[in-house]
Order: sequence, then structure tokens, then C-alpha cells
Amino acid sequence: MGDPKKIQKLMFFLLLLATIIIIVPVVAIFAIILFHGLPALNWGFIFGMPREGMRAGGIFPTIIGTLYLTLGTMAFSLPLGVLAAIYLTEYAAENWLTRLIEISIINLAGIPSIVYGLFGLGLFVMFLNFGASILAGSLTLAIMTLPVIVTASREALITVPKSFREVSYSLGASRWQTVWGVVLPNAIPGILTGTILGLSRAAGETAPILFTVAAFYLPALPRSIFDQAMVLPYHIYVLSTQVPNVPAKIQYGTILVLVLFVFIMNISAAFLRAHFRKRKLW
Amino acid sequence: MTIIKVADLDFCYGKFQALIRVNLEVEANKITALIGPSGCGKSTFLRCLNRMNDLIEGTKAKGRIEIEGKNILSSKVDLVDLRKKVGMVFQRPNPFPLSIFENIAFGLRIHRLAKGVELEQIVRQSLEAVLLWDELKDKLKRSALSLTLEQQQRLCLSRLIAVKPEILLMDEPCSALDPVATLKIEELMQILKKDYTILIVTHNMQQAARVSDATGFFLLGEMVEFDRTGKIFTAPQDKRTEDYITGRYG
Repeated sequence: MGDPKKIQKLMFFLLLLATIIIIVPVVAIFAIILFHGLPALNWGFIFGMPREGMRAGGIFPTIIGTLYLTLGTMAFSLPLGVLAAIYLTEYAAENWLTRLIEISIINLAGIPSIVYGLFGLGLFVMFLNFGASILAGSLTLAIMTLPVIVTASREALITVPKSFREVSYSLGASRWQTVWGVVLPNAIPGILTGTILGLSRAAGETAPILFTVAAFYLPALPRSIFDQAMVLPYHIYVLSTQVPNVPAKIQYGTILVLVLFVFIMNISAAFLRAHFRKRKLW
Repeated sequence: MTIIKVADLDFCYGKFQALIRVNLEVEANKITALIGPSGCGKSTFLRCLNRMNDLIEGTKAKGRIEIEGKNILSSKVDLVDLRKKVGMVFQRPNPFPLSIFENIAFGLRIHRLAKGVELEQIVRQSLEAVLLWDELKDKLKRSALSLTLEQQQRLCLSRLIAVKPEILLMDEPCSALDPVATLKIEELMQILKKDYTILIVTHNMQQAARVSDATGFFLLGEMVEFDRTGKIFTAPQDKRTEDYITGRYG
């Protein structure tokens, strides 16, 4: 073996190098998008309607569409995911069936998003006849987000100290009173953080919304959950491959808006977590 | 008057038998101490009395535990009623991360026993019962976790008293407290026994000798000896009891 001091230096250098190599692409992506996209960003771009075949004007409908879709996804996946997590954590007996369900939920997270997209097309758009709509898109994204929310919620529920449950039962509380009055309030920070992270992933997905909600171009904003909508990720795909001669500024600007949208969600999750951790008392 | 009567109680965690043919009669408005080395089954026994062991899967109790003449091991027993009547204080003070007021109101709210002015009155009475009212009357909105451990343990007692139990089970209630705080809790127990029947599990033989009227000695799941505390500590009948209280093991 060689000189330990030299090996120490070599290893330090290698580890640092690996870290830098990981950071470089992230920084580069961000820098390029900022550099090209920032000049496009102004009120007219954010709050204006697209003009001249989407080669000019704003991208307001796509921002609204993404917002509706994210809220719609949350409306379905948050209650469903939390209820399922409560059942699995607090009620289900520890047996092979429960474990099978847990494994299935974890595996759901690994299914390619295009499969969710086609599933949504088959079930919501065609079979249930919702058509391509915000409703169908939200439901599809909700199914895709559920494993994340269930897993995060379970994690949050399990970390609530056992002693809280014991006291509650020892005072004569029922299981539901214990869950609702003691466990859930203490698990909410974790549940919210997990939910936001799941939603931010959903907000940036293209494949699941491709056939279920996304519109190439709409002259007006959606007015009901049965309307189609223009959505940021799909709009980026459209601008970069389907419409000729779109100014680079608009393409990059749209990408920047999507990245900011997701970024703001992730940051707020981080803040929420930090805020609750400070207040966390046990 | 006998309030708890235990007859031939066997208790198993899966295949492990933690209690073997335990027989015991507890007098009302007395303090009964349960002593013995770690793992002897004394905590398990205590948790049989409010059926807290039901929360652990694969446990089984056989025999009879009669509280005021009713066998609480029967499947027909309403656990909510039982646990209202038989309250428990745990080893570590475990207030909820809520305000002092809300901690005491918890039991009253889940059982819908009181609200409004009446609720505030019971909170006050419960705090008075554990001698905390004067200290805390201006701080009811503060987090219960800002209190000292001794205050927290008193608060847990007061949270229990609010739902008007008859029997208080204390599972090593002083093991997280310093000697001064321990003495204060013991003084409180003497006051509380006027209104409640108290069973206390303790590692601390001096504590058992100080506070209790009757003492049971557990060893390897068996109740070796049960008698007046004075007698257990001065003239034990069983060689094993004598070995334990003289410090030969444990």
C-alpha cells in the first residue's frame, strides 16, 4: 500500500470531483434557462394570451391550466392518500395482505408516467366519458401522485410517538378519536411536505396529461372541470417541436416559468418543514 | 372494601407466559405497591387492569379480574367505560404537545363530559387536585411541554382525574424524576388516596415502603407474596421476598 497521506489527499480530491460533477449539470441547466428566459419574463408574458400562433404574446392560459390541474390533483390525491395511509398505519393488521398492499403502493411509484397517461385515457377519458378534461387529467395525475402521498403520510403517522396513542387510549378514547385528535394533528407537517413534493412532480409531468387534458391551443381560458386546458409542460413540447419559428426567448421563458412553478412548490415544502421542525416539541 | 379481585390470572405474549396464576385482592382507597425485578410481570399485570395489553397483538389473558364485581376480561366489557374508570399514569410524563388547558380538556372532550364554563371549572378542580392550580392558573395557554418533568407528571395525573376515574394505575410514575420531585409526587399520592384507589408499580423498594398500604412481590410472572406493606418489609413469609427486599438480587 502507498503512503496513507497521499491516499487521503487523492480520495478527498476524488470525492470532491464527484460532487462537482453532480452539481455542474444542475447549475448549467438553471443558468442557461435563466440567461435565455429572463428577458422574456414580464407582466405581458405571464398574464397575456398567446398571439400569432403562439409565436408572440403571453402564456397565461398554460399557467392557469397547470394551476387548476395541480389543485385538482391535490383535491383527489390528498384526502384519498391520507385516508389510505391512516388505514394502513393505524387500522390494518400486520399480515401478508397488508405487506402486499404496501409493496404494491411502493411499486406504483415506479410505473412509467406514460403508462399512467394511457390508463387515464382508457378509464377517465373514454370509459367514464369525461373526455379530455381537467377532471380526467387531475384524476390521472392524482393516481400517479398517490404512492408519494401515501408513503409520506405513513412515514409522518409512524413518527408520531407511541406514547401519545397510549395516553389517548388509556383515557378511554376510541381508535378514531385517537387518530383524529392526537395522531393526525401531529403528523400534518410531514403529510403536507410530502404532498407538496408529490404535486410538484405532477405539475411538471407531460406524459400523463398528453391524452387526458392537454390542448394544443385554446383561444379562451377553461371554464369548467370538463374543459380541456393548455398546460405548461405540454406547451413547452409544442413550442419546441410542433410550431415552427417560435422565438427562442418565448421557448426559454415558458421553460423558466415551469421551473419556477415547481421550484416555488419545493421551496415552500422546505420552508414548511423547517417551520414545523422549529415548533416540534417532542 | 375490596374493589379489585384477581383470580388465577394467566397472561401470555404469544408463547411467552408473563403472568402465572396471579391472585390478589385490592382494597379501595388504599395504595397498593407492586414490586419485583425488571421483567417480573408487574407492569404487565398493571396493564391487564385497564386492558391496555389489548393494544399488543397476540396477547391473551385467562382467569378473572373483577372490578366492583364485574369481570373486565369478558369480551362484553366496554373498554371506553373501563378506561374511564381505571386511569393510568405512565413512566415518562407524556403530556400532549398542546396547551396545559387542552391537555386536561382532552378527556372531557372525547367523552363529551363538559363544555364551556363547566369545562373550565373541571379543569380548575383537576389542577387543584394535583396542587398545580396556584402555580399555573395564569399560564393555562402555555404549552404543557414547557413545564418541568414533575409538573408534567402532575399534569398527567390531573388530565386523568378530570374524567373522574375510581382507580389510578401508576407505572413507575417517578422513575424520570429527581428525589425531591419524587417525594412531592408521593405526598400527592397520600392526598389522592382519600378519593381514589391507587396501584403503583415501582422499582424503588423504599418508595413502596414509604407510600403503600399493601405490597405485592412479583418474580418471574408469579405473585410470590402479597400482604400489608409493614409485614412484607419486616417479616416476609417467603424466602424469595426476603432475598429481594434485603437486596440479594434485583
